[in-house]
Amino acid sequence: MNETKKHSHDHDHSHWSDMDLKVKTLESLLVEKGYVDPAALDVIVETYETNVGPRNGAAVVAKAWNDEAYLERLRENASDAIAELGFTGRQGEHMQVVENKPGVHNIVVCTLCSCYPWSVLGLPPVWYKSAPYRSRVVIEPRSVLSEFGVKLPEATKITVWDSTAEMRYLVIPERPSGAKDWSEEQLAKLVTRDSMIGTGLALLPNEVPA
Amino acid sequence: MLSWLIVGEVILNMPDLGLLDGIVLDQDEPVFSEPWEAQAFALVIGLYEKGAFTWNEWATVLSSTIHSDDGCTSYYELWLKALETIVMQKALANKDEIFVRKTEWQKALLATPHGQPIELQNAHKS
Repeated sequence: MNETKKHSHDHDHSHWSDMDLKVKTLESLLVEKGYVDPAALDVIVETYETNVGPRNGAAVVAKAWNDEAYLERLRENASDAIAELGFTGRQGEHMQVVENKPGVHNIVVCTLCSCYPWSVLGLPPVWYKSAPYRSRVVIEPRSVLSEFGVKLPEATKITVWDSTAEMRYLVIPERPSGAKDWSEEQLAKLVTRDSMIGTGLALLPNEVPA
Repeated sequence: MLSWLIVGEVILNMPDLGLLDGIVLDQDEPVFSEPWEAQAFALVIGLYEKGAFTWNEWATVLSSTIHSDDGCTSYYELWLKALETIVMQKALANKDEIFVRKTEWQKALLATPHGQPIELQNAHKS
């Protein structure tokens, strides 16, 4: 049963890996048949590499911290409230926010594959897609959190949310104290990607990189 | 929509965690480590946006591809494998077409001198 996974054939004549060859094969066929447009493919890569990223989610969280009415809209219909800021999902998924509070901590996973709120967080980090995270966070969230450097009080309840193709979760981390009169732009700097997955906490005001 | 509520200590039976790799944390990882990963990613989004399949169908194929793997294959390799599966499932291209096209690219590679762009028409030069 133990099949070796990496068959690396060294072809001296080839500039391409097996993966390059497979992608090129599919891409050229699908473009030729009109199922995809090559220019659109470039735009997709560029969008996800540069325009979409956890900064979108940070703007949502900062607004939720600062604007009670917005938070209420997020609770009622997160997809619509997030779209107010111009961030819309490409996969038609529904968004739900889960709020961290004293004594309550939320973590997001996709145990099936790698469903992730792309429109607000960009592409998932490597560890999010890894088998160890997907399996362990459900079984032993505290120990996983400690590997991320997060220690929660024993009494804190931890809820693990399993994403699906239709439902994605965004964690609203607890607003740190000491940033009382901060603007939304300043507050957004406290919101890390991991804090919106639940594997981190929001930064403290003195932790913001200069 | 599933969620597990775990209060205080771990309440589920623990599997042998020694069998699982640790979670590798890397804050500064690039989004894609090689160009083919970006191409495979974009192909899926592009096909989805053109209506070739629903996102749910894609998630189902990707998820079963990941689950039939022993955990040793990289994420985008599985992504690409799932793409091949859904392309055939949806009859966007069949096995024979894929085989023939792959062979053509291999010929093109052989016929293309170093440093020149690899193009499909080169397959027919030699």
